[in-house]
Amino acid sequence: MKTVREIAAERTFLLSALASSSITVGILAFMVFMGLPLLHEGGFFAILGNAWDPYRGAYGIYPMIAGTAAVSLLGLAVAFPLSLGCSFLTAGIAPKPLRGVLRRFIELMTGIPTVIYGFVGIFLLVPIIREFFRDGSGMCVLTAALVLGVMISPTMTLFFRDAFDRIPRAYLNAADALGASRAQKLIHVMLPLAKKGMLNGVILALGRAVGDTLIALMLAGNSAQVPSSVMEPARTLTAHIALVIAADYESPEFRSIFACGVVLYLFTMALTFLVRYLAHGEDARI
Amino acid sequence: MRRRILEKATVWFSWAAGLTLLASVAVLLCYLLAKGHEALSTGLIFGGTPPLRALLLQERVFDGLFPALAGTLLLIILSIAWAIPVGISTGIYLAEYADGRVKKALDAFFDVLAGIPSIVVGLFGFASAVFLHRHFSDRIGPCLLISSISLSFLVLPYLIRTTQAALEGIPGETRLTALALGATRVQNIFLVLIPRSLPGIMSGIVLAIGRCAEDTAVIMLTGAVASAGLPSSLLSQYEAVPFYIYYISSQYADPAELTSGYGASILLLMLCAVLFSAAYGIRKGLTHCTLYRA
Repeated sequence: MKTVREIAAERTFLLSALASSSITVGILAFMVFMGLPLLHEGGFFAILGNAWDPYRGAYGIYPMIAGTAAVSLLGLAVAFPLSLGCSFLTAGIAPKPLRGVLRRFIELMTGIPTVIYGFVGIFLLVPIIREFFRDGSGMCVLTAALVLGVMISPTMTLFFRDAFDRIPRAYLNAADALGASRAQKLIHVMLPLAKKGMLNGVILALGRAVGDTLIALMLAGNSAQVPSSVMEPARTLTAHIALVIAADYESPEFRSIFACGVVLYLFTMALTFLVRYLAHGEDARI
Repeated sequence: MRRRILEKATVWFSWAAGLTLLASVAVLLCYLLAKGHEALSTGLIFGGTPPLRALLLQERVFDGLFPALAGTLLLIILSIAWAIPVGISTGIYLAEYADGRVKKALDAFFDVLAGIPSIVVGLFGFASAVFLHRHFSDRIGPCLLISSISLSFLVLPYLIRTTQAALEGIPGETRLTALALGATRVQNIFLVLIPRSLPGIMSGIVLAIGRCAEDTAVIMLTGAVASAGLPSSLLSQYEAVPFYIYYISSQYADPAELTSGYGASILLLMLCAVLFSAAYGIRKGLTHCTLYRA
């Protein structure tokens, strides 16, 4: 026996759920719709594979894809050892009272706005890189990747910690009972057990690195060419969207940013599903 | 012996990595404070205008952060106002009603939504503004309304996930007591389950506020500009603190402007620090899984 109020409330909840999930689909659909004229002009793969040269009528986003790959992978390479070390510290290497403090600190670090990383990067790191390598303006893949690495490390550390926390207590007690030191327990027991969860953390951090706009926009130099070394400037997909937004609404330049949007969307979606798939496998194992 | 070396190396490596990360963040903070501490005064916010007159909107502030702060505040209030009802009801639906395939599908949708880069959400907002401008009314363009709706999309997954997690964390006995006493399902939700999970929901709201305050990518595409004064309506452009910081970094004209950029960074950093510690404080077991988006 359901009263009208019961049904109304249930319908409202259902409606909200449908509305919020339709946003997910709506964003993709709308971007495909806006970018559609571009497809008629040259085909999807031509856009992905071509160079960016507006004066010659080439509106390919390949340089931006390469730039995104360079900045985010290098950023990940910076962040991985940092996060690994930090998660080891908080998981057992550091003395006990320090661990909690450290973890609290790392949690707080996830709240630092990206625009502040970018701002400090421009005025502190860019001159250092410029002076140190004496090559170019200092705004390059390396600068952006260093700052990006510091930016994603706290989140990655917390994901690694999650993976460690999911290890059943009995395994750890067994290692303790056998007289393992903290480092031994970490290397021989915790690390092999947490491998999969840590992979998840790396994938999620990659998604974050690819999706970040401000650091790449402010620090990577934004030249629309495939970078041939880490000292060269590059433009990421996200920065491309931010830079071209002011162009004429009917122009192919403007259309190309929707191709960037679709690529970013599909890539992060693929990462999300990869994480879900891996997490599912892990649940089945334990 | 080789094992010994490996263990020693692990310990050294961990300390080196931890200290490197802490040192880089410490350098960042110290650098900001060193450069920006002299800017921290009421002049930073109100410029040459008397604070009281500015607050009462009697006089326009030209050389201070007051319009940017007001813009950020309005943006937060509006985005949260759109996101809270939808986000919390969706969280309730996920935790209390959905099951089986429906729940799995919705879960997947919200995971994807949480992973979408904020610039893509901003692009969506911008494109909608262009679309509406062309097909409905000339008065609609990138504006406060569009920005706040886009931002609410961005923070929706936080609210959904924290609400869902808080509700699902309630023990089964508590869940059944009111039902056994004859309460209906909806009464049980509103009178027992929601009050019990309020800390979790609150922490989600505070986190969402933090995201709204710091996000730059969405607002730079959907209507934040360098000088607009106070927004006069929902359809006008506005200033915001993170956008101001971004703008100053590339367009500053003199050292004084740059110093105020440092000052603005310190203000934003303090705001986010307060919000994040509040969120973690409200609910200790808060998961950061909802937080990974750039």
